Amino acid sequence: MGLIDIQALEVTFTGGAAPVRAVRGLTLSVNEGESYGIVGESGSGKSTVLRAICGLAPTSGGVISVDGTALSRPRTPDFYRRVQMVFQDPYASLHPRHTVDRVLAEPLAIHGFTDAERRIETALTDVGLGTGFRFRYPHQLSGGQRQRVAIARALILEPRVLLLDEPTSALDASIQAEVLNLLDRLRGERGLTYVLVSHDLAVVAHMCERLTVMQHGLAVEELTRADLQARRAQMDYTRALLAASEGYRANDPMEASSSSAARA
Amino acid sequence: MTTMTRREWLLSDAPNSRAQARWGQMYRTWVALKANKLAMVGLSIIVVLVLMAIFAPILAPYDPILSGNIRTERLLPPSWDHWMGTDDQAFDIWSRIVYGARLTLLVVALVALIATPIGLLFGTAAGYFGGWIDVVLMRITDIFLAFPRLILALAFVSALGPGIENAIIAIAITSWPPYARLARAETLTIRESDFIAAARLQGASSWRILWGHVTPLCLSSVIVRVTLDMAGIILTAAGLGFLGLGARPPQPEWGAMIAGGRRFIIDYWWVATMPGAAIFIVSLGFNLLGDGLRDVLDPKARK
Amino acid sequence: MTLLSVKNLRVTFPTRQGPVDVVRGVSFDLGRERLGIVGESGSGKSQTGRAILGLTPSPGKVAADVLSFDGIDLRNADARLWRSLRGVRMSMVMQDPKFSLNPVMTIGRQLIEAGRRTVSKPQAKAAAMAMLEAVQIRDPKRVFSAYPHELSGGMGQRAMIAMMLITEPDLLIADEPTSALDVTVQIEVLRILDRLVTDRGMGLIFISHDLRLVSSFCDRVLVMYAGRIVEEVKASDLGQAQHPYTQGLLRCLPQIEGGARPLPTLQRDAEWAR
Repeated sequence: MGLIDIQALEVTFTGGAAPVRAVRGLTLSVNEGESYGIVGESGSGKSTVLRAICGLAPTSGGVISVDGTALSRPRTPDFYRRVQMVFQDPYASLHPRHTVDRVLAEPLAIHGFTDAERRIETALTDVGLGTGFRFRYPHQLSGGQRQRVAIARALILEPRVLLLDEPTSALDASIQAEVLNLLDRLRGERGLTYVLVSHDLAVVAHMCERLTVMQHGLAVEELTRADLQARRAQMDYTRALLAASEGYRANDPMEASSSSAARA
Repeated sequence: MTTMTRREWLLSDAPNSRAQARWGQMYRTWVALKANKLAMVGLSIIVVLVLMAIFAPILAPYDPILSGNIRTERLLPPSWDHWMGTDDQAFDIWSRIVYGARLTLLVVALVALIATPIGLLFGTAAGYFGGWIDVVLMRITDIFLAFPRLILALAFVSALGPGIENAIIAIAITSWPPYARLARAETLTIRESDFIAAARLQGASSWRILWGHVTPLCLSSVIVRVTLDMAGIILTAAGLGFLGLGARPPQPEWGAMIAGGRRFIIDYWWVATMPGAAIFIVSLGFNLLGDGLRDVLDPKARK
Repeated sequence: MTLLSVKNLRVTFPTRQGPVDVVRGVSFDLGRERLGIVGESGSGKSQTGRAILGLTPSPGKVAADVLSFDGIDLRNADARLWRSLRGVRMSMVMQDPKFSLNPVMTIGRQLIEAGRRTVSKPQAKAAAMAMLEAVQIRDPKRVFSAYPHELSGGMGQRAMIAMMLITEPDLLIADEPTSALDVTVQIEVLRILDRLVTDRGMGLIFISHDLRLVSSFCDRVLVMYAGRIVEEVKASDLGQAQHPYTQGLLRCLPQIEGGARPLPTLQRDAEWAR
């Protein structure tokens, strides 16, 4: 039994013209200390899975359990101390009128920590920012620095599980490398469990030991990192994703001959 | 610190303390506002109004509620003795306008203090919780919005009885619904943002999110709106005074002064014109300041 | 043959702290080929593309020693000259079709509107249908009468490309045309662009942050950093790039096959920005 168990999860959004089944019968299990990836394109329901785990999306069926106990609704304060999340867009996930200090002090105040000063300073040092950033507003930070603050906020309650929703897709490539390295290091130091959602197979292959490919709310297939590296994908959709991640190739074999003829 | 000027300290990109961060933020807003000349004109008008209210006893040469000699000092045109002339009760108009600034400020401040929190509370709660809370709160708001403001204020004053205090309460009760609408619209867009989701994930209670996260963001646009509405509030107060439902004579309320002068507006123009000009200038001041504040505080309206 | 010639292009924006150059002396020549411009945010790549089309937002100022398109000097072009060029002989595809298509007009009307600048109305209608087919839209009739919000991102971007290409421009500037799209759709859109360059002999400037994608698609790549071109490489020789910035950008990308852990990060050198 894993640390996070998801059994036949269903998420249906009502309210629009027709109900949308964003996640349809997803089952997966994440072991303690593991980094697990969920890959898919927009609308595949991959981010909705994360939101369902932390109670931000309405589950209409199935069971999510952490540590063997099914999650209650609403989530208990204890849940938030075990599971935290980092969002995709660092420009949207920090309150524009709160300083870094306020952002980090808020969770500590909610959960009644008394040694806030020390914890805030440690958290900032741990994510490689240093205490000089403590009293800045988000508009005084770059995208990468904001994402580091978001990671510090998620880690300040010392959770065991970190849910990462496309944590680097809004960042430049060089900044992405720094943030991925930071996440990697923190996991090693603290034995954290990651669930990482991304559209980028390379990021998932770099970060995760196992992954699930999702399409239209369904799990297409589950792979290990070794499977991915050896391109041992069973399903056509996964193969298409793998092919697309290689970049552009002049044409598929059929058309290649005709277009090269035209160019000549 | 010794080598740093105060300006550098305020504009530092790496503040060292909470206070420095907050002051820096305020200073930046102030610098942006200062660049807007019209807003500065508006602000100076309001500062002059405040100074007039504070130093009324020094600035006013005569007592505002003690009339002069009814036989010799009635309806005198503006002169060195009476800068703005006197009215039919032989009051010095300039003195009454100076003391009237106190009443005007009182109305404006109290209405803002009463209406803004009510509007913010209704609006943010309705927008954030949604569902039946939204329906109930917004239908109440709709009821208030269905009546023209002055008519509704009239009804309230008639029920509560005339007097400046009741006028203030009536105006406050009738002026919060637009703020509630505005705060609700803002809240609806803020509610779905990631930083609110993040706050929820830290286990923050709904009230904590409303007060600490949603309200600060709604506040600036509501403040802008309140400032722009000040002119309307002053006019409503003056309107109630004009109709005899606001300040009671001989209180020097500008609207009541116009009402007193309207009978002789052709022969003795200054009696109604002077308080009218005062209302006009102060309303203009609030409007100019409100426009400037909007440019600075409301990023969406900024071009 | 040179279609577009740019020498010492500078784009300057005034700020409270004084003027800031976002593009500082960019020079290149473009033939009927696919040229990639790559850089990170703030490198000036988008402003370069906009400056060529005279779309620098005010109060920005553009200066260049040479800025000529097919022999026409663009430096002091007036509104009339721009009208006769933009959307007719040179076009631009933006990142997000949502902001570039008129939300209250059907795709068909917008296409005809664009096409009418060179041909008559009935001809424009025929051309619009043909163009929708050319960008691989399976059901052109439906898309023709659809409003932008009724289309998916990929469809919208194709419609956008169709609109930009209906007048058969000689030069297309595509600013991150596929960044908002899913990877599988991305490849299809690139295929359409590729075919248009090959079949119609169009010049294409492809602006993107994605070095790997650009190098697999373009013939030549300009790498921009802090408003300058730091390196120009043939796409096929990207592996042999000389500039440490280009090398760093390539190395810091994670790879499916696995690689260095931790990822090599980019050590920025103040010297690069000079």
